[in-house]
Amino acid sequence: MLRLDRFGVSQEKALVYRRLTIVAVLIVCVGLLGATTTQAAQPAQPSVPEGFVPMDDVPPEDQLPAAPLLAAAYVVVWVIALGYLWTIWRRLGSVEKELADAMRRVGADGA
Amino acid sequence: MNKRAFPVLMGLSLVFFAVAPVLIVRAPYEQEMGLIQKIFYFHFASWMAMYLAILVLGIASALFLFRRKPAADRLAVAAAEAAVVFGLMGLITGPLWAVKSWGVWWTWDARTTMAMILELILVAYLILRAYGGPGSDRLAAGLGMFAMANLPFLYVSTEIWRTIHPPTSVVPTLPVDFGLPLWWSVAGFVVLCLALLTARVRLEEQRATLDRLYLALEEE
Amino acid sequence: MRRFFQVSWLVVRKDLRVESRNKEMLLTTLFFAVSCVLVFSFGFVRGGEALAGSASGVLWITIAFSGTLALGRAFERERHHDALRGLLLAPAERPAIYVGKLLGVLLLLAFVEALVVIMVAFLFRAPLFQHGWWLLTLLGLGTVGFASVGTLFSAMLLRTRSRAVLLPVLLYPVTIPVLIMGVSGTFALVQPEPDLALARLWASMLCFFDVVFLTLALWTFEPVMTE
Repeated sequence: MLRLDRFGVSQEKALVYRRLTIVAVLIVCVGLLGATTTQAAQPAQPSVPEGFVPMDDVPPEDQLPAAPLLAAAYVVVWVIALGYLWTIWRRLGSVEKELADAMRRVGADGA
Repeated sequence: MNKRAFPVLMGLSLVFFAVAPVLIVRAPYEQEMGLIQKIFYFHFASWMAMYLAILVLGIASALFLFRRKPAADRLAVAAAEAAVVFGLMGLITGPLWAVKSWGVWWTWDARTTMAMILELILVAYLILRAYGGPGSDRLAAGLGMFAMANLPFLYVSTEIWRTIHPPTSVVPTLPVDFGLPLWWSVAGFVVLCLALLTARVRLEEQRATLDRLYLALEEE
Repeated sequence: MRRFFQVSWLVVRKDLRVESRNKEMLLTTLFFAVSCVLVFSFGFVRGGEALAGSASGVLWITIAFSGTLALGRAFERERHHDALRGLLLAPAERPAIYVGKLLGVLLLLAFVEALVVIMVAFLFRAPLFQHGWWLLTLLGLGTVGFASVGTLFSAMLLRTRSRAVLLPVLLYPVTIPVLIMGVSGTFALVQPEPDLALARLWASMLCFFDVVFLTLALWTFEPVMTE
């Protein structure tokens, strides 16, 4: 067994690390097992399931243009990511302002 | 969390995101679906980032529940929010792809249903954190573990049922021309996820400091 | 292990004794279930003919709604006079207390389901008793899955402010898979030509979910309830 406490890690922490390692190994094993078995077990799927017509059979005027949809998808991803980042930034700004206020009050009281 | 980690991670993810469109444009057309298949690179990557965030949420929740580490609780909140954000990306890019290649915006297929349920659980988690009041942090940790328990079901949902949604197991079989831009995008999303996590954890840390300060002020 | 079930049984017996005195929970939940089915039948039965496939959905939604009502009150008695602390301070394993409470909820829901199944069979003209054992299996497995999560959340929410609102908000997303499986399995049974293989598939999926939910609930009950 790996003696982590020799490296200055406390007994309790060593126990946590060991358990985490076991969990991680288990997850990897299950993942590998799943990946191999499912790949082996999965027969070739029909490319177009029942009830759906392949796009080639649809007349051109019924086909949606792909480019705007594609552009929309990429724009959505960007807008969501930047929007979320902006909310974090705003919340952080207000908390830090409040923090500075509180710090000043603590400093004033202490003085 | 390290203050310097965020700029580094954010810069790195920007590099990934700047190069990704070039690789995606250069990738060959898929035979059947054509241009619309290129949504796949960001669609798949956003789900991967969501899986990562849920994994972090589950492990952090367990650490908080069984070890009582306040830092783990802060990480769990951040991970839950990130998971909702990336799940939203996946849930929006999915229909944009589906309307072109399946002809419908949304269908209750096993994978889409599970994805929607998982997103609902995560939103419920955030509602609980926002309105649960004191004492809800441990309850939220329990819910976080339930969210993680759903991950395996989400993964196998396309393997067990023959559904319209392609199974995840096709991904490793993709040819290199598709694989490089795909894994590049996944790397970009994962780094972005980590950047968002560090920023959100920092916010939570500042809030904790503020709470401590107010407590100290009240005691005086 | 024997002690574990002894404790659970004591919790069940305590609740049964309190319940037998005023029958509050039983009667209110039953009444709610009845009115729920009636409201659904106003919505989904036209000229004596139920909308195709609505029976299985109505059955499970009614169970989910009245189950939520019952779960919301499962720990209500413990809230007064600090009885929860007394229960948790008892020299017994916490999971045993959880199991006891869960059994109480299951017993209550069994009564509710017996009534709801009969009502749905008559009002919606659904051949629910055609494969009675399969229906019983699906109902049993689905209720265990629903109630195991519900009992845990109900206990966890005891100390939070907006209990009544948060229980359904948290409970439904987590238990939607159980409801989907229950509805799909029952639907396979009440079709003009029952598909038993499909019902078996859904029942086995329910079994799988139950194991995961119960394990997780037993595992997290202790740390969640510790102050």
